[in-house]
Amino acid sequence: MNKDSKSNILIIDQLTAGFGKSEIVKKISMQVTEKEITALIGPSGCGKSTFLRCLNRLHEETPDAWVHGKVNLNNKNIYEKGTDPVFVRSQIGMVFQKPNPFPSMSIYDNVAAGLTIRGIKKKTYIAEAVERSLIQAALWTEVKDKLKSAGTSLSGGQQQRLCIARALAISPPVILMDEPTSALDPISTAKIEELLHQLKKEVTIVIVTHNMQQAARVSDQTAFFLLGELIEMDSTKKFFTNPKDPRSENYITGRFG
Amino acid sequence: MSEFIHAKSIKNNEVRFSDALFYNFLRLITVLIIILFASVFVFLYRSSEPLFLEQGWSFFKETTWSPTTDTYGVLAFVYGTLVSSFIALLFAVPVSMGSALFLTQLCPRFLVSPIRSIIELLAAIPSVVYGLWGIFVLAPFIKNYVQPVLSGLTPGLPFFQGPPFGLGLFTAGLILAIMIIPTITTISIEIFQAVPKLYKEGAKALGATDWEAIKIAVIKPGMAGVLAAITLGLGRAMGETMAVTMVIGNRADISSSLFSPAATMASVIANEYAEAGSNLHSASLTAVGFTLLLISMLVNFGARYIIKKFRGPI
Ligand SMILES: Nc1ncnc2c1ncn2[C@@H]1O[C@H](COP(=O)(O)OP(=O)(O)OP(=O)(O)O)[C@@H](O)[C@H]1O
Ligand SMILES: [Mg+2]
Repeated sequence: MNKDSKSNILIIDQLTAGFGKSEIVKKISMQVTEKEITALIGPSGCGKSTFLRCLNRLHEETPDAWVHGKVNLNNKNIYEKGTDPVFVRSQIGMVFQKPNPFPSMSIYDNVAAGLTIRGIKKKTYIAEAVERSLIQAALWTEVKDKLKSAGTSLSGGQQQRLCIARALAISPPVILMDEPTSALDPISTAKIEELLHQLKKEVTIVIVTHNMQQAARVSDQTAFFLLGELIEMDSTKKFFTNPKDPRSENYITGRFG
Repeated sequence: MSEFIHAKSIKNNEVRFSDALFYNFLRLITVLIIILFASVFVFLYRSSEPLFLEQGWSFFKETTWSPTTDTYGVLAFVYGTLVSSFIALLFAVPVSMGSALFLTQLCPRFLVSPIRSIIELLAAIPSVVYGLWGIFVLAPFIKNYVQPVLSGLTPGLPFFQGPPFGLGLFTAGLILAIMIIPTITTISIEIFQAVPKLYKEGAKALGATDWEAIKIAVIKPGMAGVLAAITLGLGRAMGETMAVTMVIGNRADISSSLFSPAATMASVIANEYAEAGSNLHSASLTAVGFTLLLISMLVNFGARYIIKKFRGPI
């Protein structure tokens, strides 16, 4: 298997999480291979977003949220006592369902935001990082003449690519994406899927998607969630052609979900 | 099918008719407001006219205000209004911003609405009560503690020197600050609450600390609105009459010390209108009102310009 040649950048061990009294994510263990795209699929409300938000410690920002278990990033548990969530989030970027470029900030400043937060002041360095990220996010040609206009003046699809560029600017080894195309039209969606193919040469991507075709098109590994549990995880090809669990098969064939 | 279309078109006509009614109603109200404003403006100008005919425009250049010799200049009051309002902003803006941010970002949720109610209650206290509190509590405190300490700390500076009266510009500014804090705070709370949470999460996901996330994803997007709130507070401070008249000391004088008695445009009108002896005196008082109106308009336009800049790149 090709898994042998690449290492597991994220190893999730018995992750359980929820809000207040309710347990949403139940004892999930899985591995995420470096420089691959891992898709998380499953019916609405099964805890995909909650699980994803545990991976960069954003879950704990919600009132009443709690987490148990381990998430190892390069063999270091991000939930270890004394680990700064701010550091974790600088290593594991995130793109949200709804494009959220910072309002009242220009395109340029949006992409630079992660760097300026980190206290980086050197103008030439920032300019290079902004250009590189926008090129990586396949947005450069569309915005290079209007870097000073508002990020929110772009179309929805462009805004989402801007958010991808913003995440890329600080060069995190892992980027999480929560249904990044669900608010977009088919053409913008296709552009982002194409972009994901390019990105995985350099970044590990974990993507939640509602759209099974999308998972089949873009991902290398697919993990199927149901009611907070991980039912099955396999290479995307095997998962969609030959699912082991009957529940996965039911889901793929559209019998529920 | 055709019936359906027919029914729909009737409905559309009805909608259009009520729309037209509504728009015309709004138009009427707008015109009325403009007429009202214009008539106030004209009234103030016309009643001040005797003064301008008599003295020319020296009223706007003169610092002396002396009804006994019929010399009238507005500058001392302009100074009093601007400085007391500035002192008010100096204290009110940080306190209001701080409490609005605390209440919307950090405070445990069950505490938010009781604290908010208390702040809103402050806005309901009549200004004459603030004035009384200023005379009996704040003024003695400033006279006995604040001024001695400040003047002791800054022996070279003229701002804090002079005999301690307790009543003066500084006390007026402080009272004004307390009076405009609820206004600025409650509007800022609304503004910060209206900023969608997804921006803050976006900042957090980039590795921002709490404070950085608040700065770029709450304060920055809300800045234009907060400036509008501050403008509203400033407007209130410049026009506030009762409390200021009670604590400012009422002396038409430009002094380098913030602790010396002064007067504002609003306070001199309130103080002298009832006993304005000569025609010229009462014309001068309306001219003071006219000046206050002009300056308020200027401040508002200036603020609008700044707010536009803060909307960010469009
Ligand atoms: N802030 C919250 N407080 C309490 N419960 C929550 C909160 N956010 C989500 N939940 C609950 O957690 C469960 C899982 O939500 P989650 O958003 O992780 O599902 P999801 O798989 O991402 O669904 P979708 O595909 O619709 O995005 C839902 O039942 C939801 O009601
Ligand atoms: Mg979700």
